[in-house]
Amino acid sequence: MPYIEVKGKKLELDEDGFLQDWQQWDEDVARALAADDRFTGAKVELTDEHWEIIRFLRNYFEKYGVAPPIRQLVKEVKKALGPEKGNLQYLYKLFPQGPAKDACRIAGLPKPTGCV
Amino acid sequence: MSETPLVDELEKGPWPSFVKEIKKTAEMMEKAKAEGKDVKLPETAMGVLKQLERSYEDKVTHWKHGGIVSVFGYGGGVIGRYSDLGDEIPEVHHFHTMRINMPAGWFYSTKALRGICDVWEKWGSGLTNFHGSTGDIIFLGTRTEYLQPCFDDLAHLEIPFDLGGSGSALRTPSACMGPALCEWACYDTLDICYRITHEFQDELHRPMWPYKFKFKFSGCPNDCVAAKLRADCSIVGTWRDEIKIDQEAVKEYAKWMDIENEVVKLCPTGAISWDGNELKIDNKNCVRCMHCINKMPKALRPGDERGATILIGAKAPMVDGAVASWVIIPFVPADEIFDTLTDLAEKIWEWWDENGKYRERVAELIWRLGMREFLKAVELEADVRMVKAPRNNPFMFFDKEELKPSKYVEELEKRGLR
Ligand code: SF4
Ligand code: SF4
Repeated sequence: MPYIEVKGKKLELDEDGFLQDWQQWDEDVARALAADDRFTGAKVELTDEHWEIIRFLRNYFEKYGVAPPIRQLVKEVKKALGPEKGNLQYLYKLFPQGPAKDACRIAGLPKPTGCV
Repeated sequence: MSETPLVDELEKGPWPSFVKEIKKTAEMMEKAKAEGKDVKLPETAMGVLKQLERSYEDKVTHWKHGGIVSVFGYGGGVIGRYSDLGDEIPEVHHFHTMRINMPAGWFYSTKALRGICDVWEKWGSGLTNFHGSTGDIIFLGTRTEYLQPCFDDLAHLEIPFDLGGSGSALRTPSACMGPALCEWACYDTLDICYRITHEFQDELHRPMWPYKFKFKFSGCPNDCVAAKLRADCSIVGTWRDEIKIDQEAVKEYAKWMDIENEVVKLCPTGAISWDGNELKIDNKNCVRCMHCINKMPKALRPGDERGATILIGAKAPMVDGAVASWVIIPFVPADEIFDTLTDLAEKIWEWWDENGKYRERVAELIWRLGMREFLKAVELEADVRMVKAPRNNPFMFFDKEELKPSKYVEELEKRGLR
């Protein structure tokens, strides 16, 4: 399995670039995951807007133990950050490969399940 | 000695063989490589057979559960697949599937097809599936790093192509060939399918629902895309006035066809009468099954007031078995289908999204909460014409005598296996 090196530590990833152990995550890890283009084709530059979403995902996951359904994510973001950010287009602008592949991966959440 | 003796067994016999086809592709890919063409995965097609051989030996699949891969701006359209034999058969370690949105009615020019195939030879295994059960073109087998360039090349073809839907999203809408080739089309299936695809790009490429949602468009009740049995929302062409009869043409049929037994007696509602001279149809009792029209296409035609019936909630067997769809709008005139549908779809999705559980299809939600709740949510009045499962039997039954043994059976008999 691939791994990523952060502050001298080797962290294990799965084939899609998701962190194997969500507890190993911190903000440095997030930066490293965002800069890792082995699984996605391009790096994501993290801005304040990205961090808003990442923290939201993290909090939700710690509270409920799962990633939020996308619809709920959009709604909650709308509530917390306003209507111009509470829509799918906005999320895809920040995380071009979508909330699962980019946002959840960078937030260190386990890979969302479900297939085709 | 072949590397894949077990798999090779499947090349024997007179029937089509996927093994033969995969080997053809493998040869073609190796040849392309030898000719110096830029092909990235010349050995992947053969790798599939190697892995399959291992599966037959081990009696277990070596494909792992799906992964998450995608391209820019898209949350779906690519299905991640990995092999657990990645170390031994690296050719198939990554074997992602791409779904490509097919043209409405599956019409291609050879140029369009060549374009698609060239892109896939370059960036993928060369293996395709025309078409998957949703209707998309399926590209079988590539690596994560080739997804984006493959997608970019498809988008820049002279006749460009886009990804289709996957996951909890709108799936690629599909339509019968309709008025392009078929005289029975009661509305322009191709046009509506195309416009709906464009209208709902976001829903198609950016999954956000409890589960999948499908539209299928059939131009008449013959329902060649099986919308009534496969689509969450089925749009089936129909007519409101009377079947058009050409009595002279009926008489022509009467010369060689047993109209009484083949047509009159097989009308499900007994709406037809034939006295040897004139054919009469009691249109009030006709349920638009198409049987008489199919039997006598030169004499009978759908009426002039054409449009469609909109139905909700068909799906293939999963938890609760196969479900046929349920009429919710008995008739929309042809020129109002698009607006009616876009308006209706937004309401359906809103309700389903708000109330649906993870992986609950809209049909299952209707059972759980009731049709009454559904109708309230989509602002429709209950109506006696909202027939539940107007056609609920997807199977045809034949008498044994009607069946000739197929080549397959003959072959089995020849080999003493039957
Ligand atoms: S569904 Fe009807 S209109 Fe469409 S191709 Fe079949 S017979 Fe023709
Ligand atoms: S379409 Fe079907 S129901 Fe109508 S008259 Fe013909 S056979 Fe009878």
